[in-house]
Amino acid sequence: MSEPAAGPLKRTPLYDLHRELGARIVPFAGYEMPVQYPTGILVEHAHTRNACGLFDVSHMGQVRLTAKAGHTTAKALETLVPADIAGLQPGQQRYTQFTNETGGILDDLMVTSTGDHLQLVVNAACKDADLAHIQAKLSDACEIEPMFSRGLLALQGPQAVTVLSRLAPQVAGMKFMTGAFVVIDGARCYVTRSGYTGCDGFEISTPADATDPIARKLLSHPEVKPIGLGARDSLRLEAGLCLYGHDIDTTTTPVEAVLLWSVGKERRVQGGFPGAAVIQKQIAEGSPRKRVGLLPEGKAIAREGAEIAIAGKIVGIVTSGGFAPTLGRAIAMGYVERAQSANGTRVELLVRGKPVPAEIVPMPFVKHTYYRG
Amino acid sequence: MADVRYSEEHEWIRVEGDTGTIGITQYAQEQLGDVVFVEVPAAGRKVAKGEAVAVVESVKAASDIYAPVSGEVIEANAALADTPGDVNTEPMGKGWFFKVKMSDKGDLAGLMDEAAYAAFVKSLG
Repeated sequence: MSEPAAGPLKRTPLYDLHRELGARIVPFAGYEMPVQYPTGILVEHAHTRNACGLFDVSHMGQVRLTAKAGHTTAKALETLVPADIAGLQPGQQRYTQFTNETGGILDDLMVTSTGDHLQLVVNAACKDADLAHIQAKLSDACEIEPMFSRGLLALQGPQAVTVLSRLAPQVAGMKFMTGAFVVIDGARCYVTRSGYTGCDGFEISTPADATDPIARKLLSHPEVKPIGLGARDSLRLEAGLCLYGHDIDTTTTPVEAVLLWSVGKERRVQGGFPGAAVIQKQIAEGSPRKRVGLLPEGKAIAREGAEIAIAGKIVGIVTSGGFAPTLGRAIAMGYVERAQSANGTRVELLVRGKPVPAEIVPMPFVKHTYYRG
Repeated sequence: MADVRYSEEHEWIRVEGDTGTIGITQYAQEQLGDVVFVEVPAAGRKVAKGEAVAVVESVKAASDIYAPVSGEVIEANAALADTPGDVNTEPMGKGWFFKVKMSDKGDLAGLMDEAAYAAFVKSLG
């Protein structure tokens, strides 16, 4: 029931705070991270949905791109991702993916324009490979600055705006998927109104040495409780959001993953990103399989790796599954053959060899409550 | 006085005559975190010592529960279907999993008493 440790583990600036708060620490993506605090995942999950949760996501990779003379960062980054980056206005944020030559996903990331720079937030487990990829491809056009020592805090939930506004009133006017420089507790931070829970909330990029004092300051507000990686996963699953390495990877395209909304409209036509030919063909003809939501009947939980069958024939596989605390029931997502992917399709999920009836359903499982102004 | 024995897989068995009541320990429930589903074996099922016979699902993961002794299941804790959290709050009380009629009480010899189990847990750090 414990997870094996591998190699020397890194710590975020909040390691001591996690220990003080009684967190259970586990190895995750090369870091010692809090999986839960003493109250447990169900309480943490509900607290985030109902009030406000503080997550340490400092293990994620932050990278800053600055244009070299005669170049633009947006045009350079567009050679690696299918999103419309050139159209990103200062202060706007966008979700995209690094694709490979077969249209698979090397990582998914957030890109924010500050006007002078592009700021990227990539997954912890991929950040070294992502940095090498960017350095290999974009060094001629961009100064590439890894900011892996910075802190990253996520403040999520319906009361996040109330709490953060007390420290920085200007965040109240920010809309979902926008970013701004904000001074918090005397430190220059970069705040975006975004997150990985489906709730309204913020991600706060902090100077390394300001991370702990800002986290403590946020936790001093009665609405705020610390939340571990366990609830982070159950919250994102309810929100229907992909987890890299599970729901998306180098074998899944943005079309198969139903992330086409994040591919720029002009870029679908013009291409110019790795794997464009494969992705354009899938846009035109349909992809062989699609990511879908799955609602199992009863209480059994179909987890990653459970096969999806129709009348005994395997048509797909579960890539994430678990208990949805908000709904009090099991939910899952996975890939099925496109011909079987319509909402309402009845399938069976093979849980420990036993078929559990389930239905293909739209996602998210829990409605998003983003603040769009 | 019922005799309680413990396995290295963190199950307990409370022995009364040739009946054993089986559940998971305080240490096990702490490691699992919030329990959200328990699958218990049906009455009448013959189980062998060491066989995976039940499943406990926490928010994070599914874990197998192994029969600490051989025998026949005579009763399963049906209440866990509606209140799986009993495993967290009363792992050695209301959170019991199932009862077996033991076929060989010699199976108990390989299990730990409370002091030995406490030392075993301590050794895990």
